[in-house]
Amino acid sequence: MLGFVLRRLGFAVITLFAVLTLVFFVIRILPGDPTLVILGDQASAQSIALLRERMGLDQPVWLQYLQFLGGALRGDWGTSLVSGRPVIQEVLNVLPHTLELTFVALVLGVVLGLPAGIWAAVNRNRIPDYVTRIVSLLGLSAPAFVSGIVLLLVFSIMLRWFPVISGGQGTTLLDRARDLALPAINLALIMAAYVTRVTRSSMLEVLSQDYVRTAMAKGAPARAVVWRHALRNCLIPVVTVVGLYLGILIGNSVLTEIVFNRPGLGKLIVGALNQRDYTMLQGMMVIYTLIVVLVNLLTDLVYGFIDPRVQYK
Amino acid sequence: MSEPATTAAPRQRNEFLLVTGNALRFAGRAVTGHPTTLVGTIVFVTIVVLALLAPIIAPYDPVAQSIVNRLQGPSWAHWLGTDYYGRDILSRLLHGARYSLVIGIASISLAVVVGSLIGLVAGYFGGRIDIVIMQAMDVVLAFPALILGIILVAVLGASVTNIIIAIAFTAVPAFARIARAPVMALREREFVQAGRALGFSDLRIMFRHILPNIIPEIIVMASLWMATAVRTEASLAFIGLGIAPPTPTWGGMVREGFENILDSYSVALFPSLAVLVLVLALNLIGDGLRDAIDPKLGSAS
Repeated sequence: MLGFVLRRLGFAVITLFAVLTLVFFVIRILPGDPTLVILGDQASAQSIALLRERMGLDQPVWLQYLQFLGGALRGDWGTSLVSGRPVIQEVLNVLPHTLELTFVALVLGVVLGLPAGIWAAVNRNRIPDYVTRIVSLLGLSAPAFVSGIVLLLVFSIMLRWFPVISGGQGTTLLDRARDLALPAINLALIMAAYVTRVTRSSMLEVLSQDYVRTAMAKGAPARAVVWRHALRNCLIPVVTVVGLYLGILIGNSVLTEIVFNRPGLGKLIVGALNQRDYTMLQGMMVIYTLIVVLVNLLTDLVYGFIDPRVQYK
Repeated sequence: MSEPATTAAPRQRNEFLLVTGNALRFAGRAVTGHPTTLVGTIVFVTIVVLALLAPIIAPYDPVAQSIVNRLQGPSWAHWLGTDYYGRDILSRLLHGARYSLVIGIASISLAVVVGSLIGLVAGYFGGRIDIVIMQAMDVVLAFPALILGIILVAVLGASVTNIIIAIAFTAVPAFARIARAPVMALREREFVQAGRALGFSDLRIMFRHILPNIIPEIIVMASLWMATAVRTEASLAFIGLGIAPPTPTWGGMVREGFENILDSYSVALFPSLAVLVLVLALNLIGDGLRDAIDPKLGSAS
């Protein structure tokens, strides 16, 4: 077990290192001198030289690379070109909003998707199966901004049940919940679609196993067979996939935050793109890498705990 | 991971024609056997035809502005209404379909070629080459397509070519994986060993004897990833990383419509639905093809 954990940890570190290296060189290819972006076209040669020195751009590339790596690991990601505040501070300010949204959507998605998938599997090729298949395919076909706009049109603009702008600033719990509801539902529906499909196919696979047939043959009630014997085994692929789709969820949270005008990493990255805030973009790449690597590591470890066979690989 | 498509394993030389024929027969069976696949195919073909005919059938110039007609709802003159600049939404949708399709098809074609090559090489040679290549693929695959797309397009700049390259990049590992697994299994099969015994070169064995066997799986993967590609392109355009306006793209239209969503719902809604319909059609096709290749799963994903 320890060897397995260490191997996964090693892979996570290698991934992090590889992506950080990539980010460093990617930022160097970006068109335009960052000092010109900060100071504008009218800047004098002296002030440019001064700023280059201050930003460390006059040093050899390998030294810049080491400083970048050290800084990234220590949490020193430079200062935003637009606001002048430390990038890490800006990121940490909005990170809770994104995490809150993603976490609630994840839980909601599993709560909706798991029973739906099981329901479809036990009713294979009957009406519940067809309905869940079509609905889940619709869910995973809809880009997050499309489902978000439809939800916004129906529930905020036509029915006026929810605020048009989900500020996420509510002080009372009820306010927060109202702000969170539509964006979370939007993300959760996509998550539920994926979970439903994986649960269904995994359950079908398990239900065709010999031990399920034996349980049925000895006269165990179908309900008990599904929930007690089959469910635990069908969860293994579901967990992997939930981890895998957490990444998709993070991607979709960008679109959701824009549609519902909710603070978070998504709005931050779009703002940085529009204002050509390169240091901020660099910080965003680092934070997304960190999140993705962490999520994958956790998924691998959970997978190892659920499925004892993994250890022997 | 499903079994390699051994039903398509060739026994004679000139496997390519044979297997391509098999793949086509698979596709035929998938389309006629499942009503949902048939619907998906009809919708997709319709969108392609409409996109091809866009310059002829579009009632208006997609970029012609008309300030007096701005933000109108659907009417007989403008079936789907007009946008903020008074441009006809239907005409812009028809022209926009071209960009969605071109970017989807081109990026996935690129990913299929590059990814399959990488997977073939990794699976065929195995050992250290395999480990290094597949670890690198895993790193890329760990990233959500949209995040990777945002980063790449932000760096490269938003042009048609760059968007195609960025989306292709996100899909390459998927094809490398799909190509690698069957290659590893096929490497030990009799017809490949026979080829080696006859002194065929690695290249010849890879391309003439192994590649045709993995074509059906690649086709399935391609249709499913094209759905993702279309969705990613629209999402990028919605974020503001699409082809520059006034060129009509579906995601860009949604972006513009979203800014005035309180005044007129139609500008944002119709292109949104267009994206949904195209992606859904592609997913229906991919699902049906997968069932045809691997019938035991019965539309399991």
